Amino acid sequence: MRLSGLFLLPVLALWMGMGAAQAQFRVDVSGVGLTQVPIALSPFRGEDASPQRIASIVQADLERSGMFRALAAGQSLDENARPDMSAMRQRGADALLTGSVTRLADGRFDVRFRLWDVVKGQDLGGASYAVVTGDLRLASHRIADYVYETLTGDKGVFSTRIAYVTKQGGRYNLWIADADGENAQSALTSPEPIISPSWSPMGNQLAYVSFESRKPVVYVHDVSAGKRRVVANFKGSNSAPAWSPDGKFLAVTLSRDGGSQIYVIPSEGGEVRRLTQSNSIDTEPAFAPDGSGIYFVSDRAGSPQIYRTPVMGGPVQRVTFQGSYNISPSISPDGRWMAYIARNGGQYRLHLMDLKSDKIQAVTDTSADERPSFAPNSRLLVYATQIQGREALMTTTLDGRITARLAGQAGDIREPHWGPFFKP
Amino acid sequence: MNRLFIVFGLLLALAGCASNVKLDEAPVEDKSGSAPQQASAPAAPATSAVTTIRANNLPTMDPGPTGVSKVIYFDYDSFVIKAESQSVIEAHARYLRADKNRRVAIEGHADERGGREYNLALGQKRSESVRKALGLLGVADSQLEAVSFGKEKPSDPGHDEAAWAKNRRAEIAYR
Repeated sequence: MRLSGLFLLPVLALWMGMGAAQAQFRVDVSGVGLTQVPIALSPFRGEDASPQRIASIVQADLERSGMFRALAAGQSLDENARPDMSAMRQRGADALLTGSVTRLADGRFDVRFRLWDVVKGQDLGGASYAVVTGDLRLASHRIADYVYETLTGDKGVFSTRIAYVTKQGGRYNLWIADADGENAQSALTSPEPIISPSWSPMGNQLAYVSFESRKPVVYVHDVSAGKRRVVANFKGSNSAPAWSPDGKFLAVTLSRDGGSQIYVIPSEGGEVRRLTQSNSIDTEPAFAPDGSGIYFVSDRAGSPQIYRTPVMGGPVQRVTFQGSYNISPSISPDGRWMAYIARNGGQYRLHLMDLKSDKIQAVTDTSADERPSFAPNSRLLVYATQIQGREALMTTTLDGRITARLAGQAGDIREPHWGPFFKP
Repeated sequence: MNRLFIVFGLLLALAGCASNVKLDEAPVEDKSGSAPQQASAPAAPATSAVTTIRANNLPTMDPGPTGVSKVIYFDYDSFVIKAESQSVIEAHARYLRADKNRRVAIEGHADERGGREYNLALGQKRSESVRKALGLLGVADSQLEAVSFGKEKPSDPGHDEAAWAKNRRAEIAYR
């Protein structure tokens, strides 16, 4: 269902941060006429005694999506409370989230919540998650997903994960973090660079390029088991892994036959098939979500541009025509959009192309953007950029109105890739 | 009662992490107030847990010919070996031809502007033009591997043209 009384936000820039949980976050909202659902959040009963502040995590998630404006409920209400709806309406809320967290005898936590439609005075349901301490944030993100999905009709992406790379003190780390940048855990640490992490469609494996043997080699890494295998270590460079939507194949860039060309390899190992045949650079493959085609970057016409080829080979179509530098294509899971980086007057900016109309728009006004990827609901993008001389990660809505800097690590942060929906 | 709690706790554990429980079932709260950690079963790994791999092993380097530069510089957006680098290439070709067991990786590099993967491909073009030049001078292909580091390993960390000129290069690394 959708809430009716939407709020018009006449604010140019807004610092939204309450409490330590999201103090690292700066959510910038720009532009007028933005419709946001005003939602009151009650502190979860018992969360003072829990290692995580559930309501604060949910609030930061909802705000970052750009679809919600958070209000304080003014009182602590659990999932069994019968809230005073008129009091909530007076606070300007259209929705209310209540809940509790209880430590169980086995050391786990029982997290419960209930969502209310304040306008209609209607119970919108709830759920309960019994989780270990390390999954309290995950449970909070799943609550935010429930709220998002119930009130907007779209699937939430708060319980998804983002992979990225940091460089600090001559050491490289591949991290896996919650979609808000928190709860980062290292999957790989190396004295040599790591680039191009790419989530498998099931969300349990990452393909990436590691230079630990002093050349680029493609690995596939099972992140929870901490086991990995080499999938491409041919003579020359091996890079730019991209998963087919069914997870059975990886498109990679290899130089084994001279020049950087695109090949397709079964992800479990097997025979390599050459996909592109040119005397120029062909790299950065990205599968179309229906698996029928592969977008890639080529300088065959003199400057790097984005092209598309059928996955079984066939005629190559040029996709970008404006400007002299268009790279790093990423296709939205709904197939509607292509995010990419375009250079304009020496500025490298995140752009979006509507694949139906071919209309393009700049999403950012920064100057060193890199490597966009879509959230699995096609509503948000994560990308790398530079802020005050440091490499940083940002999320943005597709219209560029709501951007948030991802929390996280010291040092330079780069090479983000947004993982698929959480699969319980 | 305690035994009942444990049984119920095990049932919850069997139900798995983050399983949905009906809201009308009351949670079994730990009100013992003492040492809950000891009383509990070993915690299951979190659903979101990640195990770290440490990469450390690097191949050892052969020093290569003494007194010969191992770096070849390139102009912006160029992959052509400049005349000034020709004598360096010839010296390495002689050294490699003298012993067929000698092996080199030619490591191409690009400046920091633009995407990482596209720069990797630009660096590859530079390393391959050095590989081809060595091949023309009679070095066996089996002794040569052209690879690229893209913009990942600048030799000058600066952000101006002087730094970029030093970073557009191919390095000859004996292995």
